[in-house]
Amino acid sequence: MSDASVPASVSAAARPEIAVELADVTFAYDRRTVLDGISMTIPRGRVVAIMGGSGCGKTTILRLIGGQLKARSGRVLVAGQSVGDLDRDALYAMRRKFGMLFQFGALFTDMSVYENIAFALREHTDLPEELIRDLVLMKLHAVGLRGAAYLMPSELSGGMARRVALARAVALDPMLVMYDEPFAGLDPISLGVVGQMIRRLNDALGITSVVVTHDVYESLKIVDYMYFVSEGRIVAQGTPEEVRASDDAFVRQFVDGEPDGPVPFHYPASPYRAELLARA
Amino acid sequence: MLSAVATGIADALGRLGSVSIAAIARLGYASRFCVAVVRETPAAFTRLHLTVREIYFSGVLSLVIILVSGLFVGMVLALQGFDVLQRYGAEQSLGVLVALSLVRELGPVVAGLLFASRAGSAITAEIGLMKATEQLSAMEMMAVDPLARVVAPRFWGGVISMPLLAALFSTMGVFGAYLVGVRLIDIDPGAFWGNMKSAVDFRFDIVNGIIKSVVFGVAVSMIAVFEGFDAKPTAEGVSSATTRTVVESSLAILALDFVLTVFMFRGLGA
Repeated sequence: MSDASVPASVSAAARPEIAVELADVTFAYDRRTVLDGISMTIPRGRVVAIMGGSGCGKTTILRLIGGQLKARSGRVLVAGQSVGDLDRDALYAMRRKFGMLFQFGALFTDMSVYENIAFALREHTDLPEELIRDLVLMKLHAVGLRGAAYLMPSELSGGMARRVALARAVALDPMLVMYDEPFAGLDPISLGVVGQMIRRLNDALGITSVVVTHDVYESLKIVDYMYFVSEGRIVAQGTPEEVRASDDAFVRQFVDGEPDGPVPFHYPASPYRAELLARA
Repeated sequence: MLSAVATGIADALGRLGSVSIAAIARLGYASRFCVAVVRETPAAFTRLHLTVREIYFSGVLSLVIILVSGLFVGMVLALQGFDVLQRYGAEQSLGVLVALSLVRELGPVVAGLLFASRAGSAITAEIGLMKATEQLSAMEMMAVDPLARVVAPRFWGGVISMPLLAALFSTMGVFGAYLVGVRLIDIDPGAFWGNMKSAVDFRFDIVNGIIKSVVFGVAVSMIAVFEGFDAKPTAEGVSSATTRTVVESSLAILALDFVLTVFMFRGLGA
């Protein structure tokens, strides 16, 4: 169940078809190891999901790709550049090619929807105001919220906020968009809308998408490839068809939503009987 | 027994050491933060509209509390001052007493304390909430430095607002004293204004008062932006950061006031 077309031994620098590559990456907060030898490749133009339970290190992977964290060992390559070795200016230059959708949108609450989307355009370009207006309205139209341009973020529902954040993430036509839990806390209709938008924007704009999520059903509908992460390691990977057909215990627990399995129901503790008797 | 005492002492020393190291590390971090904010100063002035907006939030929106407080402080000062001065037949010097108290001390200090509670806490809460809701991370990922876009304009907005607010506080205080002293108690207006004018020295009293208010503005604004930026990204983290801003700013104002007063007015009695 591995992506045979993308052998991990070949450097991403030599292969322009690879957008992101992680090679044997480890990361720890103080003494707590979060990632323990992660290797993955994300080809250009694809939608790739990184799945796993809460606290398994999924979001840390996005922060490593975005350069907000530095790997303790291993390499994180984005478009052939090693993110950990970039200085501040080079990192900021690279981030201009990124878009990121945060878990709850992270819209700027003191700006209207319109201003939120115009933000990056104003910061990084000298475009005239009329052109910025057209671009903002085009992005908002793509997510179906042109009519909400002058609302404030506090006036939006959770699903609308997520769609605005999506429009903001693609405002500068990035090469790579990262989605941090894009489906968290959405109603079923918004869930479907956001999922379809990720796919549609990816294909229409020719971007690469990395979706960090624990929503397996929604991901199976839209992604090209999936990595399953548990306790800082990749425990399974494959295309949606391979995942559906997989008999791997972890994948099955995840797909079928079993409460117990390779991911235990109980937090590690001393034996139940011993603890009860000890109290008596 | 002896070994238990030795272990206890070793533990206590260990805790003291770890607390000291954490405090020094935080001080180091705060110093680096200050340098980074000052380094981003050009960003606050090349995009002046951001700083002007913060002057509005920190300065203009603090006007009500500053003006009303100034008025009442001046009025109370006049009543209390008159009570003492008339015992020595010096009630004509009421204007001098009020003006010097306000310009040298009460204006900068009380305005600073009010500014810390009203604007400093608001700055900390706003930056802390931006951090908790990942708005600062979003900005970073959009290749926009939050220090330049969010922190520097708020810092400079506070630094510019504070002396203006202190000046307005003193002005309202003098006006309040005029209302009580001249209109209510019936002190001669010529003596009230004339004595004040001859006793208050521009360089010695007013400029020193302005220097104090600028120093307090720098201290309060830096504490406010630092606590907001350093807040734990949770509801509890933001609330305790806001409290820390008010407590640290107030203590900093009072301590700095003492130090500045020693340097500015030490030759006074000679």
